[in-house]
This record gives sequence, structure tokens and C-alpha cells, in this order.
Amino acid sequence: MYDTIIIGAGMSGLAAGIRLAYFDQRVCILERHTTIGGLNSFYRLGGRDYDVGLHAVTNYVPKGTRRGPLARALKQLRFTRDDFALAPQIGSRIAFPGVHLDFGNGLELLESEVAAKFPHEVDNFRRLVARLIEYDDLDEESFQISARDVLNDTLSDPLLIEMILCPLMWYGNAREHDMDYGQFCIMFRSIFLEGFARPFAGVRLILKNLVRKFRALGGELKLRSGVERIHVEDGRAVGVVLDNGEELQGRRILSSAGLVETLRLCDDVTEPVESRAGRLSFCEAISVLDREPKALGYDRTILFFNDSEQFHWRKPDEQLCDVRTGVICSPNNYAYDPADGQLPDGVIRMTALADFDRWSNLPEDQYRLEKLRWYDRIVESAVRFVPDFRGHVVDTDMFTPHTIRRFTWHDNGAVYGAPEKRLDGTTHLQNVFLCGTDQGFVGIIGSIVSGISIANQHCLRD
Amino acid sequence: MTPDEIREEILDILENIAPDEDLGDLDDGVAFVDQLELDSMDFLDIVMELRKRHRVQIPEEDYTELASMASTVAYLTPLMKDLQKA
Repeated sequence: MYDTIIIGAGMSGLAAGIRLAYFDQRVCILERHTTIGGLNSFYRLGGRDYDVGLHAVTNYVPKGTRRGPLARALKQLRFTRDDFALAPQIGSRIAFPGVHLDFGNGLELLESEVAAKFPHEVDNFRRLVARLIEYDDLDEESFQISARDVLNDTLSDPLLIEMILCPLMWYGNAREHDMDYGQFCIMFRSIFLEGFARPFAGVRLILKNLVRKFRALGGELKLRSGVERIHVEDGRAVGVVLDNGEELQGRRILSSAGLVETLRLCDDVTEPVESRAGRLSFCEAISVLDREPKALGYDRTILFFNDSEQFHWRKPDEQLCDVRTGVICSPNNYAYDPADGQLPDGVIRMTALADFDRWSNLPEDQYRLEKLRWYDRIVESAVRFVPDFRGHVVDTDMFTPHTIRRFTWHDNGAVYGAPEKRLDGTTHLQNVFLCGTDQGFVGIIGSIVSGISIANQHCLRD
Repeated sequence: MTPDEIREEILDILENIAPDEDLGDLDDGVAFVDQLELDSMDFLDIVMELRKRHRVQIPEEDYTELASMASTVAYLTPLMKDLQKA
């Protein structure tokens, strides 16, 4: 009998597992995939290491900062700053036609860019920042008001509004077109007030440290152990049945599978559960280069582009992908410790909006063909904003919403979960709780904090 | 444990929870939140660490007793007087 059974060995499940095992619970994490990480995983292909998900760890603050989500996550899991080995970004950019805003870690550069390029807006911008610093994360009432309404209230230049929304939506908005104000504040702080960083070894370093700590505390991790159903008796979950038929008993269950996905597992839910997952998913085109991007004149860490004044944050209408907007990320462009040297390859990753249904409905040979075709289109769109590196590509890879669904089992391959969040982490069952993207927090540090806070609120106090 | 030993134990817990804090200048009569960077999650951790280390159960309505070092030691003294220092 376990005290807590955790579904999913992603960031949130592992973090929750550490909290519970540290306080002497018997905990088992069940993961269907052959490896850990969930939406922030990694793989090896053709002799090269790739990250999935992670472009950057957001919420980066300089060493010694004692406030904020990063400090809180480390403290709660009894890690030191050095355990995550975070190297800060060099500098990032929001690029729209004819105008760009550079930003770094901390607000200073962005504020001066706004002052230089939107001088009539700089006071309004400062008012906006002051307002969102005041926002209380746990204020569920104003969480759902429209971020666009707040922005229209505060700023007057529609172009600046679109430019500010672009990175924040790209890195954590499950809703189309608009964004919950609560999510907007969380994302604004994590990207513009705090910032980007990356461990030299990529996301696997963070995951490895989480797993090592979890196991050292006596936690059990079972890979290739998908949960087929959650067995419910008299309004309480009593355990889970695995895909292979094995049964495990637990006093409570903490699931990172997603709200709808979790409800479907519960064997007291007999009505079909309609999907409420987000509709937004991504394709990513990865290019391995024969030199560092800097050698081609490209030194941005992350670049968010949009090719018109209006930012379109919607599921593509008629095509497999929408390449009018995208994110370009180079893992080489971080200020790594010189002792680490350089990454073995130059890499540029580009992300575009994609339609899950269209990708999933393709017959297999056409799917392969479309991957090649859309790799080219995504890169073609992006080189309007970065130096054309196409003559230097030595290897490529591409993942689609279909790939994301296949390895994470999230409906629609939705990366940021359902638009309606379940901030308190509860379900219809008194001893089944949610953590991860559907609970509310996204990103690496956000997911870790999600696991910690739901473990603290619901799994430790008895 | 004596009140002094309990105080030492609380310091050890704080050091474990918040390794970056300088606890040398801690004023026992002043609330923790007014001199250390502690949030509600950290207070839960003080309670949980006491339970983990000494099997001391503190009901949620008593969490306010842990506001400062002086009040914490006063609250814990009767609960921990029969425990041996590890």
C-alpha cells in the first residue's frame, strides 16, 4: 500500500514525489514512457542529444536571490543553485516587421527598448509592470479576466501590445487569441522580470537530479508502467490498474496526466468525457549546423517573430502548420561557464503552430513527406528574421503534435494543457489530485512548483 | 529537550530549509517573517521537519504559535520536554 501514487514522471510528478518521499511517505511514480520528463524530455538520435520542450528555463534570477519561483522550488526540494547549473541567456528578441525589442534577464533592457521604440508608451509600460507585480498568484477571481482587456486599458499602441503578448503566449498560453490575466502576469514575470537560462547539459541534468534525489529518499519509479485505470470504490480511489494488469493500492493519487485524461482513467466515470484540452500544439524543426550560430552572425538566445502587425495565436485554419509566427532558439547562445567548453554542435530549433488533427490523420508515408515539406517551410519563414543558415545544415529532425501525443498521452498533443485551469488541483474524488499543466503552472520551474504546491496542499497534511 | 536544545534544533531546521539565510543575527523576539525570507511553504516545512525528526504533531490552528523563535520555543517546550536530544 502506497501513501501516494503519482501518475507521470515529468517535472511536476518528480517534484511532488521528492516532497512526499522526503517526509517519509511511501511513494510510487508511474510513467508509461520508457523514459522520464513528460513534456520536457530528451532523446538521442544519430549520435546526438536533443532536448524536447526546453528552449530555456524561465524564472531565472541571479544567484543569491531569495524570492521567486526558482528560489522557492530549490528550497522546497532541498537543492542548491549549483545542482541546476543554470547558465544565463546572452540576449533575446521580439521581432515584428520593421521593429524589434531586445530583452535580457531582468527588465532593464526591455524597458529601455520600449522607451527607444515606443517613447509615447514608456510611462504606460511602467504602469503595466507596477500593476502586474501587485498581482497575487493565488487570486483565483481575477485569474481569468482578459489580458487583452488589461493591456488595452493600460497601453495605447496596438503594436506594442502584440509584441508583448507574443513571447508570453508562445511560452505558456493554452488559450487561443487571448490570455488569462493571471497567466499573463505569471509569464510576464518569469520571462521579462526574471529571465532565461539553460544547464550546459540541457534538461536531462535537471531531470537526472530530480530522479536521483527521489530515489535516494526511498521513492519508487516505474517506467513502462502506464495506468490503464484508477479503481474507485465508494467515492474514493483505492488504487490503479496498470496496462499490464498489475494492481497497485494507494491512499491517494496525484496525477499529471491532465484533467480530462485523469477523469477518463477513473472507473466510476462511465459517461464519455469530452475533451477540453487546448487546441494549440507545435511542430519543431531542428537543424544541426556545421558551426556555431554565432559564426554565422546570429547571437540571440531566443527570438520570437511575427510577420505582420497582428499576432495570430490560433490553431492553424487550413494547413498543417502556421508559420507566420514562430520561436527560434539556439542552445549555443547561453553564457556557459568557460570550463564547460562549447556544445558539440551548432543547433537552431524553430517552433511553429500546428494542427494536431491534421497531423494525426495523415497516412504514414504522407506524414513522413509532410514532415520534410514543413521543415523546409518553417525554416524558410524563420530565415526572414535570422541569418540564412541553410547552407550549413548537417542534420535535421522534426517533431509534430502527433509525436507529442505519442510520448506524453496528452489530448491533442497540447503542450500547455487545457485553457481552463484547475488551480486548486482537486477532482470529483476526494483523494485524487492534479498537478502539472492542467493545474496551472507551466514551464520547467512552473511545473516543479505545481508538483510541490499540490503535494503540500493535499498530500502532506494528514 | 531543554528550551536551549529546542532552539538549537529550530536553528538547524531553518538552516536546512533556508540555507542562504544568515541566522547568526536572529532576534528571538522578532517574527521570522520580519527578518528572514520565509513564506507559508517554509512554515509548513518547519512543522513537517518537526514531525519527521521528533514525531511532534502540530495542529494547523497552532501554526501561528511559530511566528518567532521565542514563541516557537515556548510552544514546543511542553511538547518536547520528554524527548532526548538526538
